[in-house]
Amino acid sequence: MTEQRFLKIRDLTIQYTSGGQIIKAVNGVNLDLDEGKTLALVGETGAGKTTIAKSILQILPHPQSKVVSGSIELNGEDMIKASEERLRQIRGSEIAMIFQDPMTSLNPVMTVGDQIAEVIEHHQDSTDKSAIDRAREMLELVGIPGDRIKEYPHQFSGGMKQRVVIAMALACNPKLLLADEPTSALDVTIQAQVLEMIAKLRDQFNTSMVLITHDLGIVAEAADTVAIIYAGEVLEYGNKEQIFHRPQHPYTKGLFGAIPNLYVKARRLHNIEGLPPDPTNLPVGCCFAPRCPYAREDCKTTKFEAHEVEPGHLCSCAYAEHLED
Amino acid sequence: MSLLEIKDLKKYFSTPRGQLHAVDDVTMSINAGETMGVVGESGCGKSTLGRTIINLQPKTAGQVIFDGRDITNLSKRESKNLRNEMQIIFQDPYSSLNPRYTVAQTIQMPLKTLKHMNKADMEAETDRLMDMVGLDQRFRLSYPHELDGGRRQRIGIARALAANPKFIVCDEPVSALDVSIQAQILNLLMDLQDKFGLTYMFITHNMAVVRHISHNISVMYLGQLVETSPTDDLFEHPLHPYTKALLSAIPVPDIDHPLKRIVLQGELTSPIEPGVGCRFAARCPYQTEACNEKQELREVLPNHFVSCCKVHELNNI
Repeated sequence: MTEQRFLKIRDLTIQYTSGGQIIKAVNGVNLDLDEGKTLALVGETGAGKTTIAKSILQILPHPQSKVVSGSIELNGEDMIKASEERLRQIRGSEIAMIFQDPMTSLNPVMTVGDQIAEVIEHHQDSTDKSAIDRAREMLELVGIPGDRIKEYPHQFSGGMKQRVVIAMALACNPKLLLADEPTSALDVTIQAQVLEMIAKLRDQFNTSMVLITHDLGIVAEAADTVAIIYAGEVLEYGNKEQIFHRPQHPYTKGLFGAIPNLYVKARRLHNIEGLPPDPTNLPVGCCFAPRCPYAREDCKTTKFEAHEVEPGHLCSCAYAEHLED
Repeated sequence: MSLLEIKDLKKYFSTPRGQLHAVDDVTMSINAGETMGVVGESGCGKSTLGRTIINLQPKTAGQVIFDGRDITNLSKRESKNLRNEMQIIFQDPYSSLNPRYTVAQTIQMPLKTLKHMNKADMEAETDRLMDMVGLDQRFRLSYPHELDGGRRQRIGIARALAANPKFIVCDEPVSALDVSIQAQILNLLMDLQDKFGLTYMFITHNMAVVRHISHNISVMYLGQLVETSPTDDLFEHPLHPYTKALLSAIPVPDIDHPLKRIVLQGELTSPIEPGVGCRFAARCPYQTEACNEKQELREVLPNHFVSCCKVHELNNI
């Protein structure tokens, strides 16, 4: 994997310091994303998904967080080495982010039109007037009548607020969109509207996307490639077909078993016993070994490198091919 | 044999702009030992329904019959005694536990106030309850902030079970939990039901969860029931246009069978002083004049009730 990718993350390791303890949030992550494609980061709370996304934009909190090692290359340019000035150009214009909670990412005392126009003015030397026109256009693009441009966030419903956030993120036509649980705060019929809209806009502008979610249903629908994240590591990585049809890692299999199926009624759900490990005190060997029903002695002491189980399908479990179902 | 009968239950809240119809004319019946799933989107009144039934807040009108007894107008004392039979598990295991109480203190509160147990009995009962919900004894003296969401939810379940109730309202008990933990809690609730013959009202917005746990399902929209039926019927043959859209909107973790999705236009209309007609009409693709009339919940197929005047025409039945 030496060829230039649109987004190439190598050996990314990030730690937080809190109360004298070191929290190992991201541990040696490798990820790739091609232009116009969507990469889904799937994992449970605290797995490190959001930390990875924020590190791409270099908006991790300072000084608590530290990128210990690794590189994040966007079209060959390393974000970690980029100057603050260069990052200000990139943020919002080349890379934009949609956060989970639309309420906290909008300014409550500014009209939605001004908030969208602000991004445009910052990145494109446009006048107030043309920025406002563009803001109106963006609102209409996400299905909100342009004449609501002078309204404040509290006058919109949750789904509409999230659409305003999306309009803002797409206003400068970014090449990469980081969507952190973009629909988790929304009801399912509204979620359907928003997902459909994101997909349409992504195709229209050929935007690449990193989609963070814990919902495998959304992954099935929206992603091209999938990375299963656990305790700050990529346990399994592959295209959608590989992950859904031939999941290899015991954790991935566990995740699929733990979701109640809408169409097959099982009396008992498959449990993953126990809890994710404490990030201040990670296991020495495989990070999933303490919960893994197939763990062997050396899983607890040896950290295995991810290996290719089929072309493009990586799995960190050394015994993945030898597990009985 | 139904344990709980609800008739024309209404719960309105006064707002500066008028009466908010949170629950409007809801009629349903829940069989002993079974689970009634109540689904709907935020603001549809499902939590209000659960709280009103167990008398956590006074109802505006209607009747609730529990175990053959009308519990509509109870005195304060009777209402307290009712807590021995009806309990609730809340959505957020973070805000529904007293942060200053240890696990044991939380579980013992109902033992003290409802069961009037002595100290020794209380200790023994705490052990039993903690075992029952799968909480290790070493957490006895832990405080909620020391525990993760799954364990906190187990405390909430133990507290509800302490009263030895027949009926438990489970108000989104797994929504705040990760999927692997969610599966643990769902399995626990189902095991407890098998063991003690508990009756649940399971309130959720997660259709996959509700299908997994429920015997019957009621779909709510803006304070009203739009459809209620046995679980499999509802999933296999949804009849109301809203139920169809709701089911089709769920992303399914299956890449081979993408669903044909019905994307609804618009959003929930206001529940404040709504008109008499169908409340879903504003978003319904099949809306006509007749939808402005009051809609009644009618038995369209055996045990399958729908409130839509066009149900026969739309489903060829």
